[in-house]
Amino acid sequence: MPKKTIASFAVSRLEILDEQGQVDERLMPDLDDDDLVRMYRLMLLTRLFDQRALHLQREGRLGTYPSVLGQEASQVGSAFALHPGDWFFPAFRELGVFLTLGYPLSEIYQYWNGDERGLLCPENLHIFPICIAVGTHIPHAVGAAMAARCRGDGIAVACYFGDGGTSKGDFHEGLNMAGVFQAPVVFIIQNNQWAISVPRRRQTAATTLAQKAIAYGIPGIQVDGNDVLAVFQATRQALERARQGEGPSLIECETYRLADHTTADDARRYRDPEEVQRWQRRDPLLRLRRLLQRRGLWNDRLQVEAEEEIRRRLDRAVAREEATPPATVEDVFRYTYAELTPRQRRQLRELKHG
Amino acid sequence: MAEMNMVEAINLALREEMERDADVLVLGEDVGRDGGVFRVTDGLFERFGGERVIDTPLSESAIVGVAIGMAAYGLKPVAEIQFLGFIYGAMEQLFSHAARLRSRSRGQLHCPLVVRTPYGGGIKAPELHEESSEALFCHMPGLKVVVPATPRYAKALLQAAIRDPDPVIFLEPTRLYRLLREEVPAGDIPVELGRARIARAGGEVTLVAWGSMLEKALRAAEGFDAEVIDLMTLVPFDSETILASVEKTGRLVVVHEASQTAGFGAEIAATVAEEGIWFLKAPVRRVTGCDVVLPLPLLEDYNLPTAKQIAAAVEEVLAFD
Ligand SMILES: Cc1ncc(C[n+]2csc(CCOP(=O)(O)OP(=O)(O)O)c2C)c(N)n1
Repeated sequence: MPKKTIASFAVSRLEILDEQGQVDERLMPDLDDDDLVRMYRLMLLTRLFDQRALHLQREGRLGTYPSVLGQEASQVGSAFALHPGDWFFPAFRELGVFLTLGYPLSEIYQYWNGDERGLLCPENLHIFPICIAVGTHIPHAVGAAMAARCRGDGIAVACYFGDGGTSKGDFHEGLNMAGVFQAPVVFIIQNNQWAISVPRRRQTAATTLAQKAIAYGIPGIQVDGNDVLAVFQATRQALERARQGEGPSLIECETYRLADHTTADDARRYRDPEEVQRWQRRDPLLRLRRLLQRRGLWNDRLQVEAEEEIRRRLDRAVAREEATPPATVEDVFRYTYAELTPRQRRQLRELKHG
Repeated sequence: MAEMNMVEAINLALREEMERDADVLVLGEDVGRDGGVFRVTDGLFERFGGERVIDTPLSESAIVGVAIGMAAYGLKPVAEIQFLGFIYGAMEQLFSHAARLRSRSRGQLHCPLVVRTPYGGGIKAPELHEESSEALFCHMPGLKVVVPATPRYAKALLQAAIRDPDPVIFLEPTRLYRLLREEVPAGDIPVELGRARIARAGGEVTLVAWGSMLEKALRAAEGFDAEVIDLMTLVPFDSETILASVEKTGRLVVVHEASQTAGFGAEIAATVAEEGIWFLKAPVRRVTGCDVVLPLPLLEDYNLPTAKQIAAAVEEVLAFD
């Protein structure tokens, strides 16, 4: 009996927009000029929102906050492909997706300031609450996708998590289930190379995260996560497959976390500054801006105007957040159960009246 | 003797145990190069290397499961779960395996494992970073549950936990990590698991607390003739010390920050009702967190018992003659 190969696999990587702002025209998605400018503005909004959040945190006006600096393309690019009916299951570092979907700015500040009311999702959006326990929301996304199919709704579900999230059992159980039941879900890995101090190579011995899809019978692809066009294209195709009933997919966005893990972290303890500099040169905003400039869609004046306009929006959002009347002790009790238990009623009374 | 905070005291305990016994090793997320997100394992990686200070993937179930295998093989793993709220994914390993290995192998195997984790509120952290769900572990026979309340006892109890032949859940009150400093001796500090300690002697009312609530109970006790017991080990717990104290004082207030219903305070109150009801001059009072999902930072203070609330409960039980 000769030993023979019974299956073999390849992993592909998609890149469309290079660091000089040149595109591979054959792969270019059909986005018009307005779309490209909108994408850029959303990335800029994400960057400036993030910057403001870091300032507020330093001033003691925000709690622990996880920066998304450097991940704007993989977030805006993927979210740009979502349709209004689609569902989105975030981890905790998906600011750019929230902003692209139109989540109220002040509520995002509110959440990171330690106020649950920031999680109240506007009715026209389908966003699950931010998931702090890493990777644990992956099966929920699969469940929602199975439910959508069961109902005959032609929507797709997008589920985001980090490279660290791929080490959790929930990732493997979720992907396995999605593969078996061909759930209309797209798993989007934000591979920013680090899970706090643990680098990607200590997260898995596999060469890519994209290849993890293979074991579950799901198509997987790696994209340059700092290339907003590649991320958009891969996500749009995967979402389309899902909506057409062709099952789940996995996308690894290879990007980089330029900032500390959170404002409570000090990345200098474990990370080589040269590595950070290398990735700074691959700034996703700069790339798209170069493309826009090449096409005559952007210039320094527009940049200044856009920044000013965004800063004014952020000022208003922060002012609104800070003017919101504080939540009350009732808010602590109101949502644990549908109705207060007799004991909760007593506890609430005691808290209110000493 | 050096003055230390709890982080330094736990670090010293780990360092000394690893020096004393080559079978002791540390594993978990970020425990190596980063020295742990609270710096509890700072310097251990440099001192003992990556074979004994292991940065793992983000895999709580595997961290505990792997540690169980190591322990069964003969090592003494000290696994760190970054925050208690992230241990839930490892509950199956703890409950179905760590707690039962001795029983399932009819004593042929055992599981000398320590799972350390920061726990508790008062630090204004994001969701799931402030859980105090100690009662869940107390309810599972086969696990021991230890909660230090001062730097000195953190060191002593961790030493005892590492040398204990059974799996120990070691809960470190995050609020206390850098709050208190105390003289912490080098070398062995003799302390047994399962023994409580009288942190303050008194004659009219007994306060029982653990972890970060001890500091508040001691503050509340000022101005009263109150005896304050630091429970230290929740399972197995020292009912003798509690009953002896209640026999003397006739009054009991139990304080914990975990929610009230089915909290460990209920176990203490029930034990005193069963074995010491005739000592009691007043009903037992519990001062606890509320039966709610823990609020995020802006409202978390509502849920944490205050020294003032504890003092009010003391006054209430003292009003009975
Ligand atoms: C189950 C669980 N374990 C540990 C943590 C603590 N923690 C928060 S974020 C993080 C790293 C996450 O890495 P990754 O999934 O790659 O996302 P990234 O932070 O890189 O965006 C860890 C260990 C957590 N939130 N949840």
